[in-house]
Amino acid sequence: MSAVIASRYPAEYESIAPSLPGQNQPWLQQLRSEALQAFSATGFPSPREEEWRYTNVSGIEKKLFSVPASQVASDVSADLLKAYQLPDAWSVVLVNGRFSAELSALSGLPDGVSVLSLADALVGANVGAKNFSPLLETHLGRAVNNAEHGFVAFNTAWFSDGLFVHVPPKQVLAKPIQLLHIVTQADALAITRNIIIVDESAQASVVETFVGTDNAYLTAAVTEVFVGQNADLTLYKMQSESEKAYHFGGIYIKQERDARFTHHNFAFGGLLARSDIHADLDHASECVLNGLYLGVKRQHIDNHTRINHLKPYGISRETYKGVLDDKARGVFQGRVIVAEDAQKTDSQMNNRNLLLSVDAEVDTKPQLEIYADDVKCGHGVTVGQLDDKSVFYLQSRCIDEETARNMLTFAFANEMVDKISIKSLHDNVLEQVLARFPQQGVDKEWL
Amino acid sequence: MLSIKNLHVSVGDKPILKGINLEIKAGEIHAIMGPNGSGKSTLSHVLSGKSGYTVTEGSVTYQGKDLIEMAPDIRAREGVFLAFQYPVEIPGVSNVYLLKAALNAIRKHHGEPEVDAMDFLTLVKEKVRLLEMDEKFLYRAVNEGFSGGEKKRNEILQMAILEPKLCILDETDSGLDIDALKIVSEGVNSLRSPERSFVMVTHYQRLLDYIKPDFVHVLAHGQIVKSGGPELALELEEKGYSWLEEQVAA
Repeated sequence: MSAVIASRYPAEYESIAPSLPGQNQPWLQQLRSEALQAFSATGFPSPREEEWRYTNVSGIEKKLFSVPASQVASDVSADLLKAYQLPDAWSVVLVNGRFSAELSALSGLPDGVSVLSLADALVGANVGAKNFSPLLETHLGRAVNNAEHGFVAFNTAWFSDGLFVHVPPKQVLAKPIQLLHIVTQADALAITRNIIIVDESAQASVVETFVGTDNAYLTAAVTEVFVGQNADLTLYKMQSESEKAYHFGGIYIKQERDARFTHHNFAFGGLLARSDIHADLDHASECVLNGLYLGVKRQHIDNHTRINHLKPYGISRETYKGVLDDKARGVFQGRVIVAEDAQKTDSQMNNRNLLLSVDAEVDTKPQLEIYADDVKCGHGVTVGQLDDKSVFYLQSRCIDEETARNMLTFAFANEMVDKISIKSLHDNVLEQVLARFPQQGVDKEWL
Repeated sequence: MLSIKNLHVSVGDKPILKGINLEIKAGEIHAIMGPNGSGKSTLSHVLSGKSGYTVTEGSVTYQGKDLIEMAPDIRAREGVFLAFQYPVEIPGVSNVYLLKAALNAIRKHHGEPEVDAMDFLTLVKEKVRLLEMDEKFLYRAVNEGFSGGEKKRNEILQMAILEPKLCILDETDSGLDIDALKIVSEGVNSLRSPERSFVMVTHYQRLLDYIKPDFVHVLAHGQIVKSGGPELALELEEKGYSWLEEQVAA
């Protein structure tokens, strides 16, 4: 194996380090210094690594992105906020990787529930007498570590802010929490770390929304999720980055006994976008991973999932659908690992792809690794065009061919949109699906 | 209504229909019977415009227009309706949406305004009752997870709402139990009118006990080998198809 290409980014680190949060936390300084070391040794992942063989991120080294000097809330247009900020949610807004108190909406949180910026949580400022340090020290870097790959190490060393959520035991949140991640500055590095902790028997929904203005930039977000015993978390990811942007978003989930975790991953934006969704399941935990990726023009969209059944009676259900047009390329890598101890695991994985042009491409790689002997596991993959029989059936019902094709494409994608239970998010995602493909003859009413 | 003259149809290089002649007037019901592989389904596919068939000779004229030249959706808007032998499942598209889109496409084709939402629902619910279907079917995806009988009933429901002029029933009776057959037949009979014609393609004589045809034609080896009145169906019931097939072979 040839040597890794040295990254140009570590040279910049010294100058930006003092501006990063957590200066007064020795444990974090230690974590950051180890991460910097790890990243300097490996750089960003290369296609030589098996988990990255279909996705080449070397463009990030060709273009030097830099940490913006400050966030400017006034750069964020009212239209953008209106389109993406959920009206019925508590929201933490990050602009160019830093918290904007002005744009965020955090009033009326129930007692004991913490939703704030990670930088604030680290400083302990603006949050009364609360000291989050012990909680952060025992969670940050515990769902994923530097060994995972270069993006995780890079994120750990560089993160400038993020979302911190703590829901105490038995608390059921009436409204969703939104992380709205906006990048307005050209060539920006927006490196954010999110920590979501849902304690025993609590229930919450969190939405991560990634958007940006029409620039090239790099988002690298790492979200660590801890779902306590018998707790329930639904996490949505709406990735609508600019079509010139690079996006890496890693979500690493630790589920305790009987915990339920549902993820809905909408990957629509970016020039090159990669998501990791890795879940570790304990005894009888349940994990549902849904995904929809839409690629047009020359977009490259990679989704990498890993479900780790560590203990018996776990249930996992995974459904990923992709629609690729023009010269877009999609990647789906889905790994399910059933440990020797994880008897009675019940796991289903499904990946379906619709290619709308001859130049569109998808690489799909489902992997089952089963070390237990009494399990029920299955997977299925399809790659194809629209079904001619369905087109003819609709035509024989008076629908012209073009409309029939559009209807069938939307119907294919809509199955995943329909699973969203937050009305405002559902409508927002639907608008975006509609905007990405020809919609002649398609009536929104039935979608 | 429909005039088929010397129709020859091939799939690839293989001739399937070898000179079909058939005249159907408004208000008539014609049954096309025949053994498997005789070309019955090919005939209904060609009339509805399914791709994959080449008309090598002859003509099909519908209401004075060349039917073969029309795209399938135009035929449908002009009043040709095919009830499928195997209705297709369309996940993600609800039944009620498809019905509305189809009805509006027809209205647009004839220069009429879109159907009023309330009138539409009233119409649809009336037809749903006629076919003894559950209203819930309307909001389910087209044919998805329907039983065989439910799919066939759904075809007739569509027909009842779209009010076509020429209805082609492709083996609508096959796979139906007697109760479902009665419901489907009643649905079809309720649509009989002096302006509407039916072509019923079937393998089994049983259907004709419930829907009385005016004419019966027997198709064998791509040709109509015998035509007659309803009594021909009874003769076929008794003697089978082989005596007619032998006639062609001879």
